Amino acid sequence: MEDETFLTDDFLRQLINVGEVDILVGLPTHNNARTVGSVVHTIRTCILRNFPRERAVIINADGGSRDGTTELVTGISIGDSRPTSDVYALRTLHSISTRYASTPRSGVALRTILAAAELLRAKACVVMSPDSENIQPEWISNLLRPIYYDGFDLVSPTYRRHKFDGLLMTNLLYPMVRALYGVRLREAYMPEFGFSGRLGNQFLGQNTWNDGTEGNGVELRFALAAITGKYRICQSFIGEKDPTERRGADLVPTLRQTVGVLFSALESDFSQWSSVTGSQAVPTQGTDQEILLNPLRVNRKRLHEMFSIGVAQLESVFQSILSPSTLAELHRISTLGEEAFRYPAELWVRTVYEFASSYQKSIINRDHIIQALAPLFRGRVFTFVVENRNGSAQDVVNNVESLCVEFERLKPYLLERWKSRE
Amino acid sequence: MRDMIVSELMQAVHDLARGFAHYLPRLIVMVILALAGWLIAYVVKMILRSVLKLLRFDRLSENAGASQLLTKASLPSATEVVSRFVFWLTWLGFILLGVSVLGIMGLQDQITRFFLFLPHLFVAVLILFLGLLAASFFSRATLLAAVNANMPSARVLSLAVRSIITVFVFSVVFEELGLAEQTMLVAFGIVFGALMLGMAIAFGMGGRDLARRFLEERFVRDKDKKERDEDELSPL
Repeated sequence: MEDETFLTDDFLRQLINVGEVDILVGLPTHNNARTVGSVVHTIRTCILRNFPRERAVIINADGGSRDGTTELVTGISIGDSRPTSDVYALRTLHSISTRYASTPRSGVALRTILAAAELLRAKACVVMSPDSENIQPEWISNLLRPIYYDGFDLVSPTYRRHKFDGLLMTNLLYPMVRALYGVRLREAYMPEFGFSGRLGNQFLGQNTWNDGTEGNGVELRFALAAITGKYRICQSFIGEKDPTERRGADLVPTLRQTVGVLFSALESDFSQWSSVTGSQAVPTQGTDQEILLNPLRVNRKRLHEMFSIGVAQLESVFQSILSPSTLAELHRISTLGEEAFRYPAELWVRTVYEFASSYQKSIINRDHIIQALAPLFRGRVFTFVVENRNGSAQDVVNNVESLCVEFERLKPYLLERWKSRE
Repeated sequence: MRDMIVSELMQAVHDLARGFAHYLPRLIVMVILALAGWLIAYVVKMILRSVLKLLRFDRLSENAGASQLLTKASLPSATEVVSRFVFWLTWLGFILLGVSVLGIMGLQDQITRFFLFLPHLFVAVLILFLGLLAASFFSRATLLAAVNANMPSARVLSLAVRSIITVFVFSVVFEELGLAEQTMLVAFGIVFGALMLGMAIAFGMGGRDLARRFLEERFVRDKDKKERDEDELSPL
């Protein structure tokens, strides 16, 4: 209970009024007035339909919205949801909003939600993204049911995605988490996820809140904590991911809160991942992935150009991070024209592993290491796009699978570099 | 007459012996101080070397760009250079302390000035090291930011940042050492002013296209920019 001290008195008072709950829905927000209304409406509809007998609460942790987001969350009454549902809630559905800071910080938002879940002794919790435009009641239900009824501790979502959507996930995060931690978790960086009270309490008690990262990438940390803590994990298909959610995000900040967090976690989790060999499938409810193949314009020329220029301009930085052989190979491919250019899977895996070991050794400033990865990732994206341009869904699946196998095969190379003094 | 000469000679020998006897303990003290100083300086060198290795000082100096300078000058590693420097400085300090015990007129002032200069020397070395480290850090940060923003001439920008910081650091170091303060101040003003003027002219003349593109991208959301946004793939 020591973590309740950072909660405001008013928020604590509201939580005390609620009492104990069975289900908690966490909603971290920041200026989401455009979409949050429909998200809250969908949450309420889901609770009414699927959990009418359970005591439920919506906890909105707001990062200083100025567009009336919090008013929208608390203003929607239960009555607004009834006309669309045939059933009535037998319990009161509470909505509480708290402002944790004047600027959004995902780590503080999740910490607030976890602390509320601990105080309210929630059995099953779910965190929902407030900017989903196509959220359905089934999404929440699919994330909650495995926790509430089947005793799982973490439910990670799987989506219907375009084959070129989420390429950082398919080309780095998923294969690397799978190879190192031995768990085939497709969405380790989860915008929406369900979790049990005991996992939430355990994570809340971890000393990860004051590590100077401002809570960046806390979703990934949460998933890794569940894996290393040997909690019961499953995946649940929830629907089509809206790619516009992340389109505005710059690549470098995204790399910081995903790859940076993963590299950082490797240091503390070394004893666990170093002994893992192979990988295990995660129980999945519904399909574990659906791939859309509709045509999509991709500016390949720009990707190729940014890779080639990056390799040429950042040579001094790469000399510190990469081995001479990897750097020489990168130089060779950077001189190839657009038609002939390919960033082979093996070279990509070696590059990522060398970046990870350089990050661990702090060869140069860690943030600079992450930034230096951006142009190389663009080169890999170019190759992935070209290789799968005309490919079927099965071809894409096979390509991702072969990349994962490559990550697993070269894991001893990472261990070797990790342990070396150079 | 003969007795007088013998007496004077005896007096001279006596004076010499008395003078020597007067100085001998001081000389012994000086030798002891020099020997003890060597031992202390050696111990300090060994401890410092271990501490610097533990702190991965060589890597830090590599980041600062100091290691490259040392390699070019065929000097040993930064850890070795610093440890040897501290060794000689400590030993020299003890030797001068010993010399001051001898009480030689005229040397006292110089020795005092040397000891008063030591803190300035340490501060100057520290400023130089931290300054080079900052120059390296900010130039790399500029390079990475420029490359990731797809800006042309990223290396030139990075080099400009490094040069400005380095010039500034050297001017502060010379000021701290009290070496040709006025000259350094004027030189710094000229170099800094020239750099700024050069950059302004380069940006205004040579980089007209770059400036136009930069301003357009900053203030005008043109068709190309929209297309680029559309083409950006979602990484997550």
